[in-house]
Amino acid sequence: MTTPSLSAILMAPVNAVMRMIDVPLRRLQKATGIGGMAAFFLAPNMLIFGVFVLLPLVINFVYSMTGGTAFFLSERDFIGGQQYSRLFQCQNYLDPMSCQEDAFWTAVGNTFWFVLLQVSLMILTALITALILNRELAARSFWRAVFFFPVLLSPVVVGLIWKWILQRQGLLNFGLYQFGLDPYTWLTDRNWTFAATIGVSLWAHMGFYALIILAGLQAIPKDLYEAAEMDGTKPARVFWRITLPLLAPNLLVVVVLALIKSVQVFDEIYVLTGGGPGTSTLFLTQYIYETGFASALRNPGLAAAASILMGGVLVVLTLIQLGIGKRGENKGKR
Amino acid sequence: MGEIKLTDVKKSFGAVTVLKDINLHIEDGEFVVFVGPSGCGKSTLLRTIAGLEKITGGEIAIDGKRVNDVTAADRGLAMVFQSYALYPHMSVRQNLAFGLENSNMPKAEITERINEAARMLEIEAYMDRRPGQLSGGQRQRVAIGRAIVRRPTAFLLDEPLSNLDAELRVSTRAELAALHVRLGSTMIYVTHDQVEAMTLAHRIVVMRAGTIEQVGTPLELYNKPANRFVAGFIGAPHMNFLKADVVAVSAGVVTLAFAGGYRGELQIGQAKLHVGEKVTVGVRPQHLIVSDDPQHPTVKIYLVEALGSETVVHGDLGGEKVLAVLPGQQRLNAGDTVRFDLSKPVLHVFDDNGLRLFTHPGQEG
Amino acid sequence: MGKVARFILRRKGGQGWHWTDIVTWFWLVGGLIIMFGPAIWLVFSSLKTPAALAEFPPSILPYVTQQVTVEGHDKPLMLYNAKMPDGSTRVLAEVRRIGLVAQMVDPKAPAEIVRVNINDRTPVRTMSFATENYTQPFVHFDFLRYLWNSVFVTVVATLITLVVNSMAAFALSKYEFKGRSIAMLVILATLMVPLSVIMVPLYSIISTLGLFNSLWGVILPTVATPTGVFILRQYMLTIPDELIDAARMDKASEWQIYWRIVLPLTAPALAVLAIFSVVWRWNDFLWPLIVLSRRELYTLQVGLSIYSGELNVQWHFILAMTVVTMIPVVLVFIFLQRFITTGIAGTGLK
Ligand SMILES: Nc1ncnc2c1ncn2[C@@H]1O[C@H](COP(=O)(O)OP(=O)(O)OP(=O)(O)O)[C@@H](O)[C@H]1O
Ligand SMILES: [Mg+2]
Repeated sequence: MTTPSLSAILMAPVNAVMRMIDVPLRRLQKATGIGGMAAFFLAPNMLIFGVFVLLPLVINFVYSMTGGTAFFLSERDFIGGQQYSRLFQCQNYLDPMSCQEDAFWTAVGNTFWFVLLQVSLMILTALITALILNRELAARSFWRAVFFFPVLLSPVVVGLIWKWILQRQGLLNFGLYQFGLDPYTWLTDRNWTFAATIGVSLWAHMGFYALIILAGLQAIPKDLYEAAEMDGTKPARVFWRITLPLLAPNLLVVVVLALIKSVQVFDEIYVLTGGGPGTSTLFLTQYIYETGFASALRNPGLAAAASILMGGVLVVLTLIQLGIGKRGENKGKR
Repeated sequence: MGEIKLTDVKKSFGAVTVLKDINLHIEDGEFVVFVGPSGCGKSTLLRTIAGLEKITGGEIAIDGKRVNDVTAADRGLAMVFQSYALYPHMSVRQNLAFGLENSNMPKAEITERINEAARMLEIEAYMDRRPGQLSGGQRQRVAIGRAIVRRPTAFLLDEPLSNLDAELRVSTRAELAALHVRLGSTMIYVTHDQVEAMTLAHRIVVMRAGTIEQVGTPLELYNKPANRFVAGFIGAPHMNFLKADVVAVSAGVVTLAFAGGYRGELQIGQAKLHVGEKVTVGVRPQHLIVSDDPQHPTVKIYLVEALGSETVVHGDLGGEKVLAVLPGQQRLNAGDTVRFDLSKPVLHVFDDNGLRLFTHPGQEG
Repeated sequence: MGKVARFILRRKGGQGWHWTDIVTWFWLVGGLIIMFGPAIWLVFSSLKTPAALAEFPPSILPYVTQQVTVEGHDKPLMLYNAKMPDGSTRVLAEVRRIGLVAQMVDPKAPAEIVRVNINDRTPVRTMSFATENYTQPFVHFDFLRYLWNSVFVTVVATLITLVVNSMAAFALSKYEFKGRSIAMLVILATLMVPLSVIMVPLYSIISTLGLFNSLWGVILPTVATPTGVFILRQYMLTIPDELIDAARMDKASEWQIYWRIVLPLTAPALAVLAIFSVVWRWNDFLWPLIVLSRRELYTLQVGLSIYSGELNVQWHFILAMTVVTMIPVVLVFIFLQRFITTGIAGTGLK
C-alpha cells in the first residue's frame, strides 16, 4: 500500500522486541489486573530510587556512627557519635586551626565565604543580564545564547579552560603585558585563587540563573509597564515599584536554588585549583570526597558525618524553596 | 447477539455514589438511548458496561454471561467517544487497524474489514491522513469506523454527535439510524439532545442523579411520563407545570382549582384522589390553544417569539410561567392578555412527590 | 552595512542615547567577549605546537617559526628575516647565538657566516595547525578508549533514563492507585539528595553490587532522575484519558498503551529529557571519578582531569582533548539551544 518510511524500517526491530515483551506482560496483566500494571510501570524507577538514593540515605547515618578505614559496613565498628564529636572538637570555636579536624572547619569557612560572595554576585549579575536581555534588543535570542553558552560546558572543561587562561603564560597575563604590567602566577596566590573560583563559577553558571530570572521578567504583564509609561513614571521607579516586587517570588526561588548549588561546589574548582594553594579553596564536597576516598588516611565514617551535616543544610534550603514555590503557586491561583 | 442485562448495578467513586441500583435489560439489536441532565451518570453507566469502570455492586451480563470481572478488551464491545479519541499519531488506516492487530487477526482480513468499513462510511479518500488533518465530521466517521471494523456485539456511543455543528448533526443522525438498521447490532447511545433520543431510540432510558427514572419507547415517554421529571425532560419546549388544588372528587371526575381562579374538571380514570390534595398539572406547550371563552384562565403575555411556522408565547398564568407554541403566525404582542383553553389539551396530573397520578385524555382538535 | 548597524543599534523609542543604552551595550559586548573568548582561546591554543604554547607573550593564532635543514648542520635551523646593515632584509638560518650577536647562514650558501644583532632579526613565521595534538592522544594514549567510555555511558544512561522515567511518569499520570501520592513524595524527596550527601554509602552499595570499576556503576545511580519523571508526567497529564480508554477497548494491553500510544505522544517531552540527559551524563565528573579507578575505564572527563593533574602537564594534548570533550555539548548548544532554554525556563531545573 504505502512504501515504508525510514523510521518505520528502523523501528521494526524495536517493535518486534516490544511485541515479544508484550506476551509475558499480558499474562502479568491478566494475573494482577490494571492496577498491578501501574505497580509494574513504577517498579524500575522505585527500585533504582530505593537502592541508589533512599538506601544510601539510611546507610549514611549508620556509616557516620562507625569507625575504621574498611568500606564494608560489616567490617566496621560501631562507635556512636564519635565522628560527630570529632568534627566538633575545637579548643577555640572561632579558630578553625584549633580544631581536631581543622580541614573540615577550613572547608566550612571557605564554603561559607564562597557561598556568600558567589551567590550575591551571581544574583546581581544574573539580574542585570536578565534585565538587559528583557529589553527590546535586536537578535535577542542570540544574546541570550551568548550568556547561556558556558552553562552546558562540563565542569572539567570549565576548569581546564580557566586553568589555561590563569596560568603564567596565559591570556590574562598577556592582557596585563599589553598594558605594560608584570605577569603574575595567579593560581599560587591564596586570595587570587579564591577570587578566581568565584569568578569561574560565576562565568559557568550565571547564564542559567539569568535565564530563569528572564522567564520571571517575561511573565510580568506588559500592560503594567504600558500603564506606568502612560503615567510618565521614571524607569528607575518602574524598576523599584513594579519589576522588583513582581519578580520577588521568582528571585527568591533563584536565590535558594543558587544557595543549594553553591553549597555543593566542587567539580570545576577541583579541576582548577585542586583545593589549593594549601587549603585556600578546599570546599565541603571536596573535603568529603577526600576524607572518604582520596586521602591516604581515608575515613568513610567521618566523611559520612560531614555529608550528613551538609545534607541538613541542603534539606533546610530545599524546604524553604518548596515553601516559597507553594506560596507562589497559591498566589497565582488567587 | 448483544443482549445486555444490568442487575442492581452500583458504582461509587470513593464516598460519592454515582449509580444507585440500576436495573436494565437491553435486547439484542435494540437501539437504546440514555438521556438525563449533566452529571446524572450516563457516561459512567456506559463506561461500566464497557468495562472501563469496575462496578461496586450488582451484576452485568452480556448474552447471559456475567462479565463483572471481564476486562474491557474481552467484552467484545466497541465504543465511540465524545472526543472521538482517535490516536493522533496514527493514520486513519492505522487507527482502524489497531484494534484488529491487537487481536492477532490475519493481515488480509484486517485489510478487508477496513476497506469495507471505509466504503460504508465513505472515508476512503483520506485513509492515509492523520486525524489532525481531518474535519470534525470526518473524524467522527473514522471514530465510528474504528468501532465498526471490530464487529462488536454492541456499540457504545457517548455523545458522538455533540462536537458537530447543527446541520451535520442532523445528517449524521440519519446515517447512524441507517447504519443501525444495516448492522442490526445493539447500540447504546448517550446524549443530551432529546431530539436525537426521540428520533434514534427504540427505547429511551431517562436518568437522574444515578437512578433510572423511566424506560420506554419515545412515544410512551412522551405520552405517559412516569413522573414530573420525565415529563419535563422529554419534549421541547418543556412541559408547563401548573399548581392546582383538588376541590371535588366524584365518580371518575375530579375538579381542580388552579391559581388565578380557574376551575377545571378532569377525567380521573382509576386514580384515587381526595379533596384538599395538592397536585401539579402538566400541559405541553404545543397543546395549548387560544380561546375566547371567558371561563378559561387569562394569561398575560410578556414575550412573543414569531418563528414563522409557529409562534412561541411566554406568559404568566396566575403567577406561574407558561409557554405556548401556537401554530402559524399569530397577531399577538407582549402586553396582550389572552385566554388559553385548558379543557381540551391532554393534561398530566402529578402528585406531591412528582409521580404521575393519571392523564386526562383531552379532546382531539 | 549602515542598515545593519542601525538595526543593531536600534534604541527604545528611537530617541537619543539613554544611559541604560550605554550600559546595555557595554554589558552585551563585554558578555560576548567574556563568555565566548575563553572557549575560542582554548580552540586556538589547542592548535599550537608545544613550543608555541610556551611562548610569552603568546600569539593569538597558531604560528610556528619555520625551520630548514642546512648542509653541514645535523639539526634543522630556525629561519629569520634579518635586517642587513645596508637596510635590505635577507632570510637567514640561525646557527648559534653568542651574546647579542647571532651567527647566521644563508640556506642557499651555507659556507658564509653572517653576524646579525639579535634585535635586527625576526623569526619567519607561518600559520600552522598542530593537528597532531588531536591525533596523538587517540593513537598513543587511551583517549579513544575514554571517548568510547563517555559515549557508552551517555547513550546507555540516556536510553535507560528515558524508558525508566517514562514508565514511572505513565504510572503516575494515568493510573489511580493507593500509593500514588507516596510515590510522588518519594520522588520529590530525592530532589533534596544530591550526590555529595550520599557519596560514601552509595560507593559501598556500588561495591557490594560488584559495580565498582564498571561503567554500569556510573550509569545506574543516575538514571532515575526526579526531574525526568516530573517533565514527562507533566506532559502526559495533557494526553486525554479517553485515548487510553479507547485503546483499552481496542484490546491493547497496558504495555501496548504505554508503548504504542503514550510514548509516541510524549515525544516532544522525551526529546527535551534526552537532550538534558545527554548533557548531564556527558558532563558527569565526581561520580565517575569515585567509581572508576582503572585507566581503561575512565570517561573523558575523568581522563582529562587526571592527565591535567599530573606533574608535567602536556598542555598541548590536554587542550586538544578539552576541545574534543567540548564538541558534543557545543553541537547540542548550537542546534538545540532553544529546546534547552525553554526547558529550563519551564521547569527551573538544570
Ligand atoms: N473518576 C471519577 N471520580 C469521581 N467522580 C466521578 C468520576 N467520574 C465521574 N464522576 C462523577 O460522577 C457523576 C456522573 O458523571 P458522568 O460523567 O457519568 O455524568 P454524565 O451524565 O455523563 O454527564 P454529562 O452529560 O455532563 O457527560 C458526576 O457527578 C461526576 O462528577
Ligand atoms: Mg458524559
